[in-house]
Amino acid sequence: MEEPRIGVFICHCGINIGAYVKVPDLVDYVQELPNVVYSERNLFTCSEEGVSAIKKAIKEHDLNRVVVASCTPRTHETLFRAACEEAGLNKYLFEFVNIRDQCSWVHMKEPEKATEKAGDLIRMGIAKARLLQPLEEIEIKVAPSAMVIGGGVVGMEAALNLAKQDFDVHLVEKEPELGGTLRSINMLFQTNQEAAKLVKTLAEQVKSHPRIKTHLSSKIKQVTGFIGNFEVKLDNKAGESEFSVGTIIVAVGAESLKPEGQYGYGKLANVVTQLELEEKMKKGEPAGQNVVMINCVGARVPERTYCSRICCMTAIKNASLIKEANPKAKVWVLHRDLMTYGVDFENHYRRAMELGVRFIRYSLDRPPEVIGEKKVEKLKVYHELWRREIELPCDTLVLTTPLIPSEDNKDISRMLKVSMDEFGFLLEAHLKLRPVEFAMDGVYICGSVRWPTDVTEGVSQAYAAAAKAAGPLRMGYVKAEAINAAVDEEACSGCGVCELLCSFQAIELQPKGDKRVSHVNEALCKGCGTCSAACPSGAISMHHFTDEQILAQVEALFS
Amino acid sequence: MMAGFEPQIIAFCCNWCTYAAADLAGTSRMHYPPNVRIVRVMCSGMVDPIYVLKAFEGGVDGILVAGCHLTDCHYIDGPVKCDETVNKLREVLHVLGLEDKRLRREMVAASEGVLFAQVINEMVEDLKKLGPSPFKAKTEALA
Repeated sequence: MEEPRIGVFICHCGINIGAYVKVPDLVDYVQELPNVVYSERNLFTCSEEGVSAIKKAIKEHDLNRVVVASCTPRTHETLFRAACEEAGLNKYLFEFVNIRDQCSWVHMKEPEKATEKAGDLIRMGIAKARLLQPLEEIEIKVAPSAMVIGGGVVGMEAALNLAKQDFDVHLVEKEPELGGTLRSINMLFQTNQEAAKLVKTLAEQVKSHPRIKTHLSSKIKQVTGFIGNFEVKLDNKAGESEFSVGTIIVAVGAESLKPEGQYGYGKLANVVTQLELEEKMKKGEPAGQNVVMINCVGARVPERTYCSRICCMTAIKNASLIKEANPKAKVWVLHRDLMTYGVDFENHYRRAMELGVRFIRYSLDRPPEVIGEKKVEKLKVYHELWRREIELPCDTLVLTTPLIPSEDNKDISRMLKVSMDEFGFLLEAHLKLRPVEFAMDGVYICGSVRWPTDVTEGVSQAYAAAAKAAGPLRMGYVKAEAINAAVDEEACSGCGVCELLCSFQAIELQPKGDKRVSHVNEALCKGCGTCSAACPSGAISMHHFTDEQILAQVEALFS
Repeated sequence: MMAGFEPQIIAFCCNWCTYAAADLAGTSRMHYPPNVRIVRVMCSGMVDPIYVLKAFEGGVDGILVAGCHLTDCHYIDGPVKCDETVNKLREVLHVLGLEDKRLRREMVAASEGVLFAQVINEMVEDLKKLGPSPFKAKTEALA
């Protein structure tokens, strides 16, 4: 290895660091450390001036390592790495030392000790920098096609969006027809549009689009590979089919809970769910003269604590439709809280009251009671505001049930290596920063598979997911993280602990001469480093976080 | 408790959660004792037992190994692997005669700046009660 020539840049961050840490003293101090050939301080190292100073010093002092002591790598590492690259230095020869968020800001009351700590941290950073190695990010080719799992409205919108951007799309639906949950739904709220019309329009567009290949009655048997090259195996009537895609969108939606045994559901003739009511209304069957709806059936209860969000609006929609069709009908909505979020929903609720829909609040301690032998005759309800029990006549009891995660989510989670939450919904990479992406690169999420959404939200998410999924397809390649595991094949004993531990199936034992050694698939490796920590032969090291580098950092504390 | 004794702590913090929590403690201007030096690692699961042993050998008084909670690991199940490592390390430390409280394992999410500060506060307090690491004296005698 060439002799390290380290440049150290210490930032005042205005007064954020400079007022508590004696920056000039540190600049002098680091100059005494081995391999440090240059050091300076900047009012703001991240400013145009600071960045230019780094680039200038790299050239003038022939620096081959750069250390910046300032804020946090989480916000500024990219900037300083880019500065190094622009000056012709590999960006992995840069080391960040955090002396603001983790030093000056938390030790404002002890400036002496903050300075001492900053000195230690910088010395530790320099010790690591001395051992840094240049790294290259490998480029992975991306097949210019995508798969969308789920042929409901959200999946269809995502597929159409990608197809219109000129990418081939495989749309996979387990049912023999496109449309998903919307096929059972009568009218869509807010617009009062027939759901069937929307489904029909979309399905026709999908079927006639030359870029979309629709696979109906198909189940995904296996997905292997990684971003750019997912190999997919489908099971369907025609037997098995196989194709490869660059990115994947998961839009499998959710299911409506069937509340077996609750309020006589499944036993008494006139008890239906909102979804079943919609199917009846769609056929033109009357809902009845006295309709009672109970909200939050199976939702926000100890065994299912979440709020399914869209069901209050579903109840309000159907209650309004009943009143509009038959103003003489009586409709009661028994609710616990009312969730009327979003554009115009509050108006929708107000309008329902104007139409004569009656809203009565009940509590979980005293739920409504069903009276009747073969069918529901009436309901006993404890009116929370009146603080007394009332009786309601009832010829149709409608139970408002939540959307629940599909059982298929388990298979998807396993095959695509994506996380599930405690309820069984699939989890995005980050709620705010990466809302339609999974942590697994190249796989995206939209619609109710994440959390109950209405059509409007689902479609917005479909567009977002399609835009994200199109990115790598358009680029034609992706860069894999250079911080990954590397195997010293000489030292590897072939024990296979790494293969067992790896959560990304990125390591496997492969024959090499007369033994078997581990082999890292760089496209799959995420760089967590668990294999390197566990390797009993010390044969695996993590690029950029090698044992030598971390131990040098630790030992520098004591020097 | 030893008068004037300031314990030295190394904290191995995962890049995604605890390192971010330590940043959050900073942006929220919380205050905790300046006894800790953070070493950034990508995942708590990558903390090799040798890092901990070498740090104790060097004379550090306490070590924190901290990362994501079980459910929000960036690498699916790093914390599980970290727990296994730390549990095994505890046996070794026991044999070496190091008190249990010198090695602390925590899960601190990116949003838990308060918890991070609290953990450091508690560790400093605990270590002040314990006094310097028995290895510190040996290391200093050798030096």
